[in-house]
Amino acid sequence: MSEVVVLRVNRREVQVPAGATVGVAVMTAGAACRTSVSGERRGPLCGMGVCFECRVTINGRAHCRSCQIVCESGMDVRTDD
Amino acid sequence: MTSNAPFNFDVLVVGAGPAGMAAAARAAESGARTGLVDENFRAGGQIWRSGCEDIPAEAKFWIQRCTSAGVMALRGVRVVDQLKPGELTAESMDGTHKLGYQQLVIATGARERFLPFPGWTLLNVMGAGGLQAMVKSGLPIQGKRVLVAGTGPLLPAVAAYLRQHGARVLMICEQASWLSLARFAITLIGQTGKLSQVMQLKKELPHVPFLANSWPVAAEGNEVLERVTISHGGKLETIACDYLACGFHLVPNTELAALLGCQSENGYVQVDDLQRTNVPGVFCAGEPTGIGGAELALLEGQIAGLAASGDIRAAEALTANSKKLKNFADHLQRAFQLRKDLRSLAKPDTLVCRCEDISYARLERHRSWRSAKLQARCGMGACQGRICGPTTQFLFNWAPDSVRPPIFPARVESLAALANCREPAPQNVVGGH
Amino acid sequence: MNSYDVAIVGAGIVGAACAYECCRRGMRVVVVDREMVGSGATAAGMGHIVVMDDSEAQFALTRYSQRLWQQLKSELPDDVEYEECGTIWVAADDEEMQEVERKCSHYAARGVATQILGPGALRELEPNLRSGMKGGLLVSGDAVLYPPCAARFLMECAQERGARTRMGCKVVGMSEDRIRMEDGSEISAEFLVNASGASAPELTRGLDIKKRKGHLVITDRYPQFVRHQLVELGYLKSAHSTTSDSVAFNVQPRRTGQILIGSSRQYGAEHKEVDHEILARMLQRAREYMPGLERMSAIRTWTGFRAATPDKLPLIGPLASDKSVWLATGHEGLGITTSLGTARLLVDQMAGAGTEIPNGPYLPSRLGKEHAHV
Repeated sequence: MSEVVVLRVNRREVQVPAGATVGVAVMTAGAACRTSVSGERRGPLCGMGVCFECRVTINGRAHCRSCQIVCESGMDVRTDD
Repeated sequence: MTSNAPFNFDVLVVGAGPAGMAAAARAAESGARTGLVDENFRAGGQIWRSGCEDIPAEAKFWIQRCTSAGVMALRGVRVVDQLKPGELTAESMDGTHKLGYQQLVIATGARERFLPFPGWTLLNVMGAGGLQAMVKSGLPIQGKRVLVAGTGPLLPAVAAYLRQHGARVLMICEQASWLSLARFAITLIGQTGKLSQVMQLKKELPHVPFLANSWPVAAEGNEVLERVTISHGGKLETIACDYLACGFHLVPNTELAALLGCQSENGYVQVDDLQRTNVPGVFCAGEPTGIGGAELALLEGQIAGLAASGDIRAAEALTANSKKLKNFADHLQRAFQLRKDLRSLAKPDTLVCRCEDISYARLERHRSWRSAKLQARCGMGACQGRICGPTTQFLFNWAPDSVRPPIFPARVESLAALANCREPAPQNVVGGH
Repeated sequence: MNSYDVAIVGAGIVGAACAYECCRRGMRVVVVDREMVGSGATAAGMGHIVVMDDSEAQFALTRYSQRLWQQLKSELPDDVEYEECGTIWVAADDEEMQEVERKCSHYAARGVATQILGPGALRELEPNLRSGMKGGLLVSGDAVLYPPCAARFLMECAQERGARTRMGCKVVGMSEDRIRMEDGSEISAEFLVNASGASAPELTRGLDIKKRKGHLVITDRYPQFVRHQLVELGYLKSAHSTTSDSVAFNVQPRRTGQILIGSSRQYGAEHKEVDHEILARMLQRAREYMPGLERMSAIRTWTGFRAATPDKLPLIGPLASDKSVWLATGHEGLGITTSLGTARLLVDQMAGAGTEIPNGPYLPSRLGKEHAHV
């Protein structure tokens, strides 16, 4: 089993350890997950799926809570950044 | 109660943390057809979250028990609504599921409480449990400077964990007073398990300053955190850091219980000695009944699982042990009560509702949660008030609203489904890998 | 006992509009509500300002009132979120397309400009409607707003002119120049106005107002998915039925980018819990028109009670049996739209002045019943 997963965050390749969440992949890429209503860049706060700050678009589906979703190879992750 | 759901359990347990796993294991061992549903892909809840790492030994033990007893695990499945008594609506990434049951055990755990202060919305300001969860999920923390703040026993536990993973934990800022902490420490005498936990933590944090009477007053940086100003004994100090891990103890996840009509008091689900709520056939165990930690959760889970599967005698036999642990939970609550000073951290332009970016100034004129919600949209966002609800309750003393479905944002197709859309694939409790 | 010119019971959009209008005319006003400004159906509804042609009287009132909103719009604060996004009445088949043509001429003859959209034009304006729609009718002057803040704005304007409010105060009786509160206190006024919506019959016995329960769902943010308020022409069939539960496709874009999905109508449902069966039917109907809604994240669902009269027109005017009691209620799904017009008609009548549109169709006395006061 591979120790590393490769996916794309905002079209750029990112490598994370197997089992890492998409939230970690976004942070590793130096991106913020979303832009708030008043324009602030936001990232994960609660780490457990209740704050909704970590929402990103995964494979075309919007509003996915990235801190709860394990990275899969080839995933296409887009943030508001 | 008959149900058209293909998944029809004798006992359904919602939440696969310590309480849930204990309930499911015991129910299945007593012969009940048992289901264990959790939105995460691995069992363990928050306290035994594994992410990229090995599953903690205690979690492994209970996972094994569940597997051996034939518990049907539904992972990555989130309960969103009750279709009718005895039938829940749940969804996974690719389907909507109806879960039928005769008895239900609610073991939905707790979440961190957040309080607003200037800069709290900056990137890299997270909960204490929040940062720990991210590190468990693969976030590199080696060499990073972390300030841990807030209140509660979670703080030293998180600090120790981060340190083990190579973080430079600069300090722990606990808002409680030394007196409260000392009183709390005294209650640990006679609870050898807890005392040794404390000693272990002390060992792991030799050079990390632990400050009582201390809390963050501002976080600063250009979009990303660069430094934090703390108040300690009335004096201010600014510390450069990479992460602020800040949480103010825990609040119970009572939304499902409330949706089902369970009675609450002071925000906790009311249960009797056998973990029964006022709703027939509905049990509740663990943090939603009172924040008491993993040991109490395991015990309450077992009691609930046994009682739900009809083994009342075995359930009653366990209740004697819970008194001591419930006392501990009360002491915990008192020791880490929030001080009044924390109400004045937010400035007029500090955001309180993060989903809708509503500032303190826009909220303080309202006299109720409902008024703030209707006029300022506070709590109308995706978190459904999970973050700003406990916050505004502390800041303004607003009583929370009643719960409406869905209890988590759910896909329109899930709310449009009256029958099963797809059968969730039953999996073993651990996971594919 | 305090004494006023007008005491209004109900601080929803209609009560607030009445307070606004009364104060504009220099009257001394007090508004009483058991909860807060902009609660009740005002807090639950869609906030759609729409010209409706179910009857001449309905058309006249909605058109009159819509114009008043247009005159007011530049004063509305930002949080009222007034947007003249327009309505598109969507035709799914040829029969409905004929209705589009009829509606177009009907509106045109009455001075409301509309535009007939063929399938191509409809697709361009609303690409997320499913393919196969025959077209629609665009009514550009229609608008949407956020009702609780609109009600608050109207009330604040009234307060600036001296109106008093007593919120969190339940009224238990109104008759003969006095309203009586649950705590025993009383307020006297020359004119008592019952603007308490679906609860109006509690204060004025015998009012033929029935609760018509509705459901709504709001999604997370999906900007630009919908651009206009979209209503199926079958909506009229739904609003027509006086006996059975019905759903109709009705979606609204909110300024936040969230999508408001409705609508449902039920008779005889008294409890405010979400009814899963009808909610599911409503959403199934919605996704038939806009398949893309299906996978969207729905954040909240809620219900509300419209106040429905037998002839679908509101009650605006005096009670025969008690000269001091006036009604401003029974607006069904058009409370937001007709609130400003209702207030004008009411206050014109109180002042003994002529009304700007014929008020006969909305007089309580038209229903030919003796209403008893409480």
